[in-house]
Amino acid sequence: MTATLTGVDVAPPLTSVKRRRRVPGWLAVVPLLVFVAVAFGVPAIAMLNGAFSVKNQTTGATSYSSANLTTSLQGAYLTALLGSIKLSAVSAGIGTVLGLPLAQVVVTSRFRALREAALTASGVLANFGGIPLAFAFVATLGNAGVLTKHLGLTAKGWDLYSFWGLVIVYLYFLIPLMVLTITPALEGLRSQWREAAQNNGATALQYWRHVALPVLLPSLLGGFVLLFGSAFAAYATAAAMVGSSVPLVTLQIADAISGNVLVGQENVALALSLDMVLVAGLVMAVYLPLQRRSARWLDA
Amino acid sequence: MARRLNPWRWVVLGLAALYFLVPLAASVIFTVDVPGQGITFDAYSQIVSTDGFGSSLLLSLELAAATIALVLLLMVPAMVALRLGAPRLRPVVEVVCSLPLVVPPIAFVAGIATVLKWGPDYLSRTPLFETFVAIQNPSFPFVLVLAYVVMALPFVYRALDSGLRAIDVRTLVEAARSCGAAWPQALVRAVLPNLRGALLNASFLTLALVLGEFTVAQLLGFTPFAVWIYSVGGSQAQLSVAVSVLSLLVTWALLLTLAGLGGRTRTASSRG
Repeated sequence: MTATLTGVDVAPPLTSVKRRRRVPGWLAVVPLLVFVAVAFGVPAIAMLNGAFSVKNQTTGATSYSSANLTTSLQGAYLTALLGSIKLSAVSAGIGTVLGLPLAQVVVTSRFRALREAALTASGVLANFGGIPLAFAFVATLGNAGVLTKHLGLTAKGWDLYSFWGLVIVYLYFLIPLMVLTITPALEGLRSQWREAAQNNGATALQYWRHVALPVLLPSLLGGFVLLFGSAFAAYATAAAMVGSSVPLVTLQIADAISGNVLVGQENVALALSLDMVLVAGLVMAVYLPLQRRSARWLDA
Repeated sequence: MARRLNPWRWVVLGLAALYFLVPLAASVIFTVDVPGQGITFDAYSQIVSTDGFGSSLLLSLELAAATIALVLLLMVPAMVALRLGAPRLRPVVEVVCSLPLVVPPIAFVAGIATVLKWGPDYLSRTPLFETFVAIQNPSFPFVLVLAYVVMALPFVYRALDSGLRAIDVRTLVEAARSCGAAWPQALVRAVLPNLRGALLNASFLTLALVLGEFTVAQLLGFTPFAVWIYSVGGSQAQLSVAVSVLSLLVTWALLLTLAGLGGRTRTASSRG
């Protein structure tokens, strides 16, 4: 790239103002595009190709069909896909409902330090997924966990390695994610709106019902969708915690990549991956317009 | 904005503090209060001497360094060029950098695993096969760097974009050029210093991503730090929780440093 930039130097100054900008412009972008095409495009195409190809066991010939996709939407695979969707929807819903009041309290706090600390902490916790999170919860609420033992939770039917156990763990990074997502929208709520509502005799409840929530709705929905996508794609936490006691599509794919599949179903992992990409793509297709819509209130 | 303190605020804050602090406190208690031994810090002192700790951490740090270098090398010139002279390519780059958000890591690694299998299956007699073997070298699996750069693109894009938005790149470059600077000089000595915050932000986010990454590395069969913690967890519960606590503290320190350096931690949010 350096070479292309310096190469332009020789252009005579009078005529070069426009050319000088255009030429390095797209050339500097080329390495990035080439890299993405190789490192991302090739695996993506391999996934698509594999998801649609079926190997005939007797002849060894490969042909294209949608058999893998059909298989990926049946039996245990379908259960896992639905399990993932249910887990993501439930935890994203709870995360949205709990994240909003927390963000509101943080944003309207008088103490600047509290606000900064809470937002920084949210930044850390929202990224605190994966293995450490799973182990922290195993130490807390697992079978030999500190709280489990001291409060005798096992006798009360508590089991961390279950659907609701996973929800509680996922909320640990979903609630902070919601706080971060909704904070700009909450900061965009004008105090004049509240004052106008109060001057017209509205109660706090009425203000929220008729003014604040309608304004926040696109951001809230956008946040929900983002949380859903985040929970849906999560693998490490679930893998370290539940093994396979809760059926999840990510666990199924990992299982299949590691070779634990029936003969002739090697490509089902790729079909399941394609299912996941479709769901995640749908999530983004809903999220982006909502985000753009909510951005209107912030710029105004 | 100042409103009187009411019980509602304290209830919300109290419950949140309880939920977020209890697992951390419990983890610490779990590691130091071993049944039958009383209070002991063995779990922490054992960490360093445990097999694989040093090598896996080193591998993670090397991967992080390579990923940061590569992603910045690809993204910075492209992003600056978009500001300077190729605005029509901007939507293209934006979409390209957002694509990894649509493909969950587990789906991405399924694709990579398929491609890597082409090596022995179809390419064994071509020079490409050597490349396939080389990028899967267990002592430094370059294929992970490729994957991590792709996964870091959305965050790096956002960090750099917000940094570039705050400065007038065109004026800076034109001023530098008028003073006789060559292009690389203008880029390195006028633009980059003004992007310091954004570059740090992007680097820290990438570092946090690589240090915590588990899915791709585990399924491709490599053992960087996160995979090592997982493998230790099976046999030594105290030890693995101790490492988890430490790794949280390290991440926390990193992000606080980032906040202190004037970057905006909040861009970290957008993690899908």
